[in-house]
Amino acid sequence: MSDVEKNEEKTEGGLTRKERMKIPRTPIPEQDAKERAKNFDEVALGYSADQAQMEAQRCLQCKNPKCIAGCPVGIDIPAFIKAIEEGDPAAAIAKLKETTSFPAVCGRVCPQEEQCELVCIVGKKNDPVAIGRLERYAADWEAEQGTSSKPEIAASKGKKVGVVGSGPAGVTCAGELAKMGYEVVIYEALHKPGGVLTYGIPEFRLPKAIVFRECEYVESLGVEIKTDYVIGKTMTVNDMLANGHDAVFIANGAGLPVFMNIPGENLNGVFSANEFLTRANLMKSYRFPEFDTPIKVGKKVAVVGGGNVAMDAARTALRLGADVHLIYRRSREEMPARAEEIHHAEEEGIQFHLLTNPTQIIGDNEGWVEEIECIQMELGEPDDSGRRRPVAVAGSEYRIPIDVVIMSIGTGSNPILTQATPELELNKWGNIVADEETGATSMEGVFAGGDIVTGAATVILAMGAGKIGARSIDRYLQGLPLKPEPEAAEAEVEETTA
Amino acid sequence: MYKILEKEDYSDDTYMQVIEAPAVAQSCQAGQFVILRLHEEGERIPLTIADFDREKGTITIVVQAVGKTTRELQTYGKGDSIANFIGPLGEPSEIEKVGTVICAGGGVGVAPIFPIARELKNAGNKVISIVAARTESLLLWEDKMREVSDEVIVTTDDGTCGRQCLVTDPLKEMCEAGGIDLVYAIGPAIMMKFCCKTTEPFGVKTIVSLNSIMVDGTGMCGACRVSVGGETKFVCVDGPEFDGHEVDFDLLMSRQRQYLEQEKIAYDYYLECRGDKACLT
Ligand SMILES: Cc1cc2nc3c(=O)[nH]c(=O)nc-3n(C[C@H](O)[C@H](O)[C@H](O)COP(=O)(O)OP(=O)(O)OC[C@H]3O[C@@H](n4cnc5c(N)ncnc54)[C@H](O)[C@@H]3O)c2cc1C
Ligand SMILES: Cc1cc2nc3c(=O)[nH]c(=O)nc-3n(C[C@H](O)[C@H](O)[C@H](O)COP(=O)(O)OP(=O)(O)OC[C@H]3O[C@@H](n4cnc5c(N)ncnc54)[C@H](O)[C@@H]3O)c2cc1C
Ligand code: FES
Repeated sequence: MSDVEKNEEKTEGGLTRKERMKIPRTPIPEQDAKERAKNFDEVALGYSADQAQMEAQRCLQCKNPKCIAGCPVGIDIPAFIKAIEEGDPAAAIAKLKETTSFPAVCGRVCPQEEQCELVCIVGKKNDPVAIGRLERYAADWEAEQGTSSKPEIAASKGKKVGVVGSGPAGVTCAGELAKMGYEVVIYEALHKPGGVLTYGIPEFRLPKAIVFRECEYVESLGVEIKTDYVIGKTMTVNDMLANGHDAVFIANGAGLPVFMNIPGENLNGVFSANEFLTRANLMKSYRFPEFDTPIKVGKKVAVVGGGNVAMDAARTALRLGADVHLIYRRSREEMPARAEEIHHAEEEGIQFHLLTNPTQIIGDNEGWVEEIECIQMELGEPDDSGRRRPVAVAGSEYRIPIDVVIMSIGTGSNPILTQATPELELNKWGNIVADEETGATSMEGVFAGGDIVTGAATVILAMGAGKIGARSIDRYLQGLPLKPEPEAAEAEVEETTA
Repeated sequence: MYKILEKEDYSDDTYMQVIEAPAVAQSCQAGQFVILRLHEEGERIPLTIADFDREKGTITIVVQAVGKTTRELQTYGKGDSIANFIGPLGEPSEIEKVGTVICAGGGVGVAPIFPIARELKNAGNKVISIVAARTESLLLWEDKMREVSDEVIVTTDDGTCGRQCLVTDPLKEMCEAGGIDLVYAIGPAIMMKFCCKTTEPFGVKTIVSLNSIMVDGTGMCGACRVSVGGETKFVCVDGPEFDGHEVDFDLLMSRQRQYLEQEKIAYDYYLECRGDKACLT
């Protein structure tokens, strides 16, 4: 079939490919940039039913879809979009939930432009189908109904699993295990569950009500979430194994803030993005003094970094009334943040200082930040990550008057748990060494996944790791080999289908 | 929720509470601390474990009311509950038999030094304690300290009880006399700073327990960072105890003042609003 013929052929929904290709990408309604710069309400408002159906019609329902492979957990994207096109959001959400536990979260925070939407076939000529927004639509539709479909829960297996950390990896793993019939307890160090989704990502990007709803959903499957429990302190991993847990899944994230080690970093007014965001999000200090925890914002804030964390810190400071300057050592193309966040940040009036790197922070007599000294950078040869390495331009230093600096240059792995568990093998960055296919660690019965294994990554990868962990723990507790032998796997499939 | 089983007021500004927290009591050791949060709008504040009972599953805290949260906690009595109580946090004290140890506690700093003195004594050390306060009404746990010390010296700034002098006077005299192998000093930053200044010329190792501002207390935010021996350390995970001769106390004290303005707003708002529930609506 020639391309022309293919384009004229009617697809299942009654539209031809050509007709589908003609529909422009449906913009998502958003709060006006000026307005939202002053509040913490969600920026993107979500599709209406009509908008979602219109956008769903843009999907070509490709015979060999690329998007599924582009999704780290392999969601059957054409299938859920088809259900939306057919006006059946219930079927769409059911399809999504076969693969992802938290579509309302992923639809909002996944870097779609680097995943499913990057490889979308429509995107070759036009804008790709807005897969993330459609995912969000289906999830929000379900939440509005107030009745979430509950999956079947297998008969009790009489075994107990402990999960460390209630971020996306831990919560996903716990949910999967509960469905398989295990008794599951999540131990969370903070006073609220959700991990980065709760303490890191701001309300205006991911409303906390959604995160808590997802956590409650997992609780409704029988999972118990114990907050205020620091594994490595309140109880160790060995204590868990000795006290009734048959297996343990470690998903304690990559929560250690990294500083630049430049002069002046301990001055008053210099914060890690983790501190700034934890105060704002977890402690709700944007509602101070109604909430007790204070936050220092200042008139002019410098945020150092170019990832999602930097964008979140910058946009939070902006909403608290500051004039915000983002300092990033590479160029815009190399910024690791989601495209949408960079776009939103610029729209809201964050000023970007690209190819710029801080060299020192200068304080006043009272120990408060007064200025930040920066140096111009230029791009040199590509480094290990394939991005061109920024090199300082000698003699180009200059100072910007500033009263708050937020360091957002990355996070490392928190040593509380691992130091208390010397049996766990770590790599040179302090991440737990775990088998990629199974999540198995160097300790018998102990599995790990998410940021603690990979280093700071994404929500969807953490969820994927949680799923893998659950599957392996199930096999481990049944006495099966963690990796099914190829033939054995086939036999197992036959057995279950027979 | 964590229930308050006992409450005792020591003065208008200082009080003791025994809190039911079995998991914390099970695993805590001398020198560690907890973080608590009173209610949904509350702040997380660190308090040192002043005593614990593994069998009863309780933790004892001794608090000086200095601002919003510690004043509000003061209004909580027996039978009330605290929303969150997390611990034990920080590294335990390193207890060894070294010989003669001075335990100098200033103000409410006496309470956190108590379990350390007890452990030091159990390890076979000779323990000389200095129990210091501004004035007699602020002196606390003298009796408890006597139980675990070979000798107790009481000092007040105004002479209302014991010797009229600063905690550093007897400390200096004993260092001069010699035979001191280790000093523990816990109290306000300024007191710890001067204790360290006093012992330094004698080369007597001095351990302090730092009270930097904290948020999570688990190494996740860096709010608690201090400079020790020229290196940045997180008090909540690397401490709270450090070699006092290496600590940059001026930086610690400067960082403690970081939120003075907001702390006043919070306190005024509390007096205006939380004291009067009608204001909340
Ligand atoms: C500000 C910010 C913005 C981000 N934006 C995006 C985005 O837009 N899209 C995206 O895909 N990704 C984003 N990420 C990355 C993403 O959030 C993480 O990759 C993901 O949350 C990792 O999940 P996790 O379950 O491994 O760990 P986490 O989410 O970090 O959860 C770990 C949990 O374990 C708890 N814990 C730690 N130590 C212990 C202990 N000893 N005992 C008990 N509990 C413990 C922690 O308190 C935490 O709740 C962002 C990250 C940050 C910080
Ligand atoms: C490891 C550690 C152990 C401590 N142990 C004790 C103890 O046993 N008994 C006791 O009375 N006090 C103790 N403190 C101090 C206590 O945490 C503060 O007095 C308390 O947080 C003050 O809160 P507030 O709202 O009442 O007063 P605020 O008005 O908010 O603050 C008064 C002063 O307390 C300090 N402070 C404020 N917020 C915090 C915070 N989140 N974390 C730490 N310090 C803060 C600041 O220096 C501030 O200027 C300890 C502190 C640390 C770090
Ligand atoms: S209090 Fe957050 S790192 Fe120490």
